[in-house]
Amino acid sequence: MIATLPQSVRLRLRHRARTRWRDPVLIVAALVGVGLVVMVIAAPWLAPEAPQQTNILAPNAPASAQHLLGTDALGRDLLSRLMYGGRLSLLAPALVVVIATTVGTALAVSAAWFGGAFDSSVTRVMNILFSFPSLILAVLAVAAFGSGVVAPVLALSVAYIPYVGRVARSLALRERNLPYVEALVLAGVPTWKICAGHITANLLPVIRAQALIAFGSALVDFGAISFLGLGVQPPTAEWGLMVADGRSALLSGTPQESLYAGGFIVLTVVALNVVGERLAARAEMSR
Amino acid sequence: MIVAMGAQPARSRHLVMANRWLFGPLLTVLVSSFVIFVALSGAPGDPAVRLLGGHPTEIALTAERHRLGLDRSILVRYWDWLTGAAHGDFGTSITYRTDVAGLLEPRIVTTLLLTLMAGLLIVVFGIGIGIVGAVFRPAGTGVTSLTSVGIAVPAYVAALVLVNVFALKLGWFPAIGGGQGLADRIWHLTLPAISLAIGYAAYVGQVTQSALRAELGAEHVQSARGRGIPAWSTFRRHVLRNAAAPIITVSGLSLAALVAGAVVVESAFGIDGIGSFLVTSVSAKDYNVVLAISLLLVVVFVVVNTLVDAVNIVLDPRARTMQDRP
Repeated sequence: MIATLPQSVRLRLRHRARTRWRDPVLIVAALVGVGLVVMVIAAPWLAPEAPQQTNILAPNAPASAQHLLGTDALGRDLLSRLMYGGRLSLLAPALVVVIATTVGTALAVSAAWFGGAFDSSVTRVMNILFSFPSLILAVLAVAAFGSGVVAPVLALSVAYIPYVGRVARSLALRERNLPYVEALVLAGVPTWKICAGHITANLLPVIRAQALIAFGSALVDFGAISFLGLGVQPPTAEWGLMVADGRSALLSGTPQESLYAGGFIVLTVVALNVVGERLAARAEMSR
Repeated sequence: MIVAMGAQPARSRHLVMANRWLFGPLLTVLVSSFVIFVALSGAPGDPAVRLLGGHPTEIALTAERHRLGLDRSILVRYWDWLTGAAHGDFGTSITYRTDVAGLLEPRIVTTLLLTLMAGLLIVVFGIGIGIVGAVFRPAGTGVTSLTSVGIAVPAYVAALVLVNVFALKLGWFPAIGGGQGLADRIWHLTLPAISLAIGYAAYVGQVTQSALRAELGAEHVQSARGRGIPAWSTFRRHVLRNAAAPIITVSGLSLAALVAGAVVVESAFGIDGIGSFLVTSVSAKDYNVVLAISLLLVVVFVVVNTLVDAVNIVLDPRARTMQDRP
C-alpha cells in the first residue's frame, strides 16, 4: 500500500511515525491507558477473588500473598474490587464523552454552516452551559430524576457538550470559509456530505484531543457523584465510591482502600491528559 | 466594529450596554432557575404525602396540595416562588420544618470562608507557580509536571490524603468538622481549603505559565529587552499586562467553580456548609432547599462570569467586540 504512494508522501508518513514514537512520556501515558482498559476488561480472569466476596474474619487486612493490596472493612479483596470497579469508572465517562462529543460536534458544525440566529443561539447556550459547573448539573439531575448511574451520565453528557462544541465551532467556522468548501458546493456535493465527510473529518484530530481531556474531567465528576452517595450504590465497586467507602477505615488507621482507589483515579486522569494534550499540540502544529 | 459602535446614536449604545451587562445576565438567571424549577417539580416523591406522613386520605391530600399550591399551573408556582425568593422567602424545609432562609444563613458564612481561603491559595500559588515556571527556565519542566499531576487530583482524593497525613499521622489539623469562632474555624478549614485549591491552583498555574511564555517570546518584549529596559519593568508592563486576560479568565472561572468543589470537600470533611447541605437535601428530597441553593449558585456563576468579562474589557478593549466569539 505504502509503496504505491509518491516518494514525498512516503517520507512524510515515515517521519510522522518516527516522531510520534520518539516521545517517551507519550508512550508511557498511552501504555498506562491501554493497560487500565485491558485490566478492567479482563477483570473476571485477572481478579483473584469475586468483588463481592466478603470475609468478616479479615477486615482491613494488610497486603499479603493472598490479598495483594489487602482487604476493605468487609474483608473484600481490594485488588479485585479495584479491577472490577474500574469497569464502571471508565465506562460511565466514556459514555459521557461519546454522547457529548457527538452532539457537540454536530451542533458546532451545523452552527458554523448555517450561521445567523441559529449560530448565535447555539453559541450563547454553550457559553452559559460552559460557565455552569458540570458537577452541580449532575447533582441537580440526581435531585430531579433520582440517584443511580443514568441521571448523572446524562447530565454530565449535556454539561460536556461545550467542552468539545466551543472549540469545534470556531475551527469549523474557519474551515467553512476555506476555498475547498466552496469548490465542493459548486461541484454539487450535498450539504450534509460536506459537513460530515469533509469539515468534520478535518476537525477530527482536535476533537479527539479535546475528547480525551474531557474524559479525565468526566471521570473525576462521575467519581465525585459516587463519592457523595448520589450515584452508584453499594455494594457495587466503583473507584469514587471506594474512596468514600474507605473513609472510616482511614480515620481508624488503615487508609489503603481510599488511597488505592484515589490513586487509580489520579493515574488514569494524568495518563489521559498527557495523551490528550500531546494530541492537541500535534493537531495545532499540523494546522 | 468599534468605529461602527461609536457611530451609533447614544441611546442604541446604551441599549447594547444594558443588554450585555444587565438584561443578558438577568435572562440567564431567569431561564436557568426556571429550567431547574420545572425539572425539580417533576421529581419523584409527592411533598404533600411527605408532609402529612402515614397514609393520608384522598381528601386530606387534596387539601394539603391546595395549601401548598401544587394544584396550580407551573408558571404560577414559578412566579410565586421567584417573587418570594426576591424577598428572601424560599419557603419551608420539609426536613427541618423551618424557614429555608434561616437554615441557609449560617451555612453561607461557612462556605464563604472556605471558598475565600481556597481562592486566596489558588490565586497566590497558582499564579506564583506559573510565574516561576515561565521566568526561571530550569524550573519549567518541573512546574509543568507538577501542574499536570495537580490538575488530575480530584478534591475528594486530595482531602483523604491530606487527612491521612496532616490530621492522623502528624496531628496538625483536625480531620473533621467546621469549628467554632473565627480562629478555630480557619484552623478547621485549612485542610479543606487546600484540598479544594490543589486542582484549580494547578490549572491556573498551567495557564499562567503558558500565557507568560507566549508573551516572553513575543517580539516587542525581545526588543524592549534589547533596548536595555529593566527586566522587571518589561515584565510588569508588557508581559504581565498582555498575559493577564487568560489568567484572569481562568482564575475567575475557578473561583466560581470553587462553589461546586465545596460540595465535595464539605462532604468529605463533614463541614456543615452550603455544599454539603445541597447533597443532604438532594438525598432527603428537600426540594425547597435544593431550589434555594441552586438559585444562589446560578446567581454566583452569572455574577462572576459577568465580572470576568468586564475586567477583560478594561484590560483589553478589543475584547469588547468579541462577545459572540468563543
